[in-house]
Amino acid sequence: MIEYREIDGRSGGFVALLAVLGALILAGLAAAWTMEHQGHYITGMSNRIVWGTPHVFAVFLIVAASGVLNVASIASVFGRAPYKPLARLSGLLALTLLAGGLAVLVLDLGRADRLIVAMTHYNFKSIFAWNIFLYTGFFAIVALYLWTMFERRMQGYSARAGLLAFLWRLILTTGTGSIFGFLVAREAYNSALLAPLFIVMSFAFGLAIFILVLMAAFRWSGRALGDALLDRLGRLLGVFVAAVLYFVAVYHLTNLYIARQHEVERFLLLDGGVYTALFWIGQVLIGGVLPLALVFAPAARGSRNALAGAASCVIVGGLAQLYVLIIGGQAFPQQIFPGKTVSSRVFDGVVAGYAPSLPELALGAGGVALALALTVVALKLLPFLPRSLADGDLESSAA
Amino acid sequence: MMRFAIAVLAAVLSVAALADGQRAGASRVAMPTIKIEKGEACVAPTGDMRRNHMKYLLHQRDRTVHEGLREPRFSLKQCIDCHADRATGSVLGENGFCASCHAYAAVKLDCFECHTPLRETGAGAAAMRKAAKAR
Amino acid sequence: MSPDRRQFLAWGSAAAAGAALAPGLRLIELVQARSPEAAASALERWGLLIDIAKCSDCDVCVSACNEENGLSGHGRPQTDAHWIRKVELRDKRTGYAQALPLMCQHCAEPPCVDVCPTGASFKRDDGIVLVDKHICIGCRYCVMACPYGARTFVHEALSGQKPDVPRGKGTVESCTLCVQRVDRGETPACVQACNRDGASAMLFGDLNDDASEIHRRLRSEPSRQLRADLALNTGVRYQGL
Repeated sequence: MIEYREIDGRSGGFVALLAVLGALILAGLAAAWTMEHQGHYITGMSNRIVWGTPHVFAVFLIVAASGVLNVASIASVFGRAPYKPLARLSGLLALTLLAGGLAVLVLDLGRADRLIVAMTHYNFKSIFAWNIFLYTGFFAIVALYLWTMFERRMQGYSARAGLLAFLWRLILTTGTGSIFGFLVAREAYNSALLAPLFIVMSFAFGLAIFILVLMAAFRWSGRALGDALLDRLGRLLGVFVAAVLYFVAVYHLTNLYIARQHEVERFLLLDGGVYTALFWIGQVLIGGVLPLALVFAPAARGSRNALAGAASCVIVGGLAQLYVLIIGGQAFPQQIFPGKTVSSRVFDGVVAGYAPSLPELALGAGGVALALALTVVALKLLPFLPRSLADGDLESSAA
Repeated sequence: MMRFAIAVLAAVLSVAALADGQRAGASRVAMPTIKIEKGEACVAPTGDMRRNHMKYLLHQRDRTVHEGLREPRFSLKQCIDCHADRATGSVLGENGFCASCHAYAAVKLDCFECHTPLRETGAGAAAMRKAAKAR
Repeated sequence: MSPDRRQFLAWGSAAAAGAALAPGLRLIELVQARSPEAAASALERWGLLIDIAKCSDCDVCVSACNEENGLSGHGRPQTDAHWIRKVELRDKRTGYAQALPLMCQHCAEPPCVDVCPTGASFKRDDGIVLVDKHICIGCRYCVMACPYGARTFVHEALSGQKPDVPRGKGTVESCTLCVQRVDRGETPACVQACNRDGASAMLFGDLNDDASEIHRRLRSEPSRQLRADLALNTGVRYQGL
């Protein structure tokens, strides 16, 4: 029997952590308030780049929220016993990461005060409208799933709740990828590949965050965490990172074959300045090659630092990937007149300029801090973490 | 814990009572100034408008925006034309028709984020008044 | 009656009426200026025909639009509103140069309407694509979705709006085909200015009306849509591109 227990949450470190997270949350709220009152002209976003740094963070958190539930799914849906003790934390992170991402998204709205309008007026042709249901439904389903894990009498239903959650988040992440995949207006979007790409991205980002939170929570609460388990998680992370690289490769190779797409590929892969650098160095090298090396290289085997490094790299690479997709995709000029050089007083035909502004960064960071703060508080209130995940414990509980 | 909660509650209530007591007899918010300076009558009886103008506005805006129905009597411009203050030409501001009631009732006005609160002047205004009269 | 049912009945009776009539005959003579109490009708489809050959480096259409709709800039071209813009083209291979005005194309299959989560971006029955700013939440998804870059977001607090053209911070907007003028039986400000002070390159009219000049010209002269490959069936057509 696995024994779960809350963290003590009385140390100076705990208070300091919450203080830092609280300060970031306040900064995010201040940024949102200023953006709401003065208008978005104080940010770096413009009529060419309408979705900026807050959206990079928000989409990252939402995608990761869906993927972090994977660990619980592997336990409940695919019946892998070693993952079972991790399921509660996985469910918690799914809720808190989604809360953080949605908070950023909602606070960036031009009319955030009209959220009630968004909840009562629906255009069901819009994937955005569907996402509202998918996201709120996700909260309810994961909460239900967690309840089946916590409540002894409901544990028999855990597998079914897990299956529902698993299917729901596949649809949800497909919906998130389709936000971009359905658009014909930008050369970098308009691809059916974006939905499955987002699914494997969610697996990678979610697991990376899970690994870091797991390692930190166990280290800081003085609990035992076995090498065998971490090795498993690390190798799984490697598989997901490889899958992301595969989809990215297919996406670009296909575009390179199509003459009409050559210009945008040239922009992304060769002369897009910051976007090209973020693609090759951020997304491919730091987000792809480096984690694979850190996880699979024999020399790094068994090293916790290597695993933590790999997970951190995946997160950095993921943010870079979303920056290239969301902002780079908007920066590349719309091809309204194929075959023509275009110019106008409102920046047609040129790569749109964009630099992240302080309010945007603060809002994005505030969302991340909110997710982490909610996690930390929840770990103190309820028994999400097993008392021990030492290798010996896992074998006996699996038996 | 319980004693602490009671102490906090008692402190809050006593502060509130004190604050209220200081202003006993005087109203903190000015009563709305309702000056009707134009027009014979509104499009509905006063009592009806006071209770339901928000419902009528919500209904009419959908008719105008989505269906293109622009009955002159029910246009917001027409409301403002009658109700705007004679001096300032606006329904907002210190004695603004809309603003003073809404300030009293503490209901935030959203209309004038987008709609101008000023009475229309010039050729457009003359055409509007003519159309409204013809109705 | 709910608006959906009302709309369904309107569509149903319009379809029944159309089907009952012999081809080419019309029961109601459509007058340009409809009564203010009459709803926009699907029997009409408003559109523009722009002859680029006549278009040069004048921009009276842009000034007229800004004046009519109260689009005062703030000296911030990245975030200032533009409902119509002049675009200069140069062919990459041949070097041939042209200019044209670009505005919301009022598509029959508008991507901006498809993506709007609240239904604020909508197409009126007579083909004009509009933003219902009462329910716009400012998410800017429609700005992402428009292939023509026609939509802009209001980045700052506004005052001094024109009485017929409400616009406010935090919502998205675009060319309304001067719906306030069209509903009075006038032409859009850009068309009027072009015909009065410019090169008479722009023509406004009812694409569905056989007798209208725009219909006759589209029928007898070559014209094209921008990004015709997207099959959006735009209401704005260009000649000479």
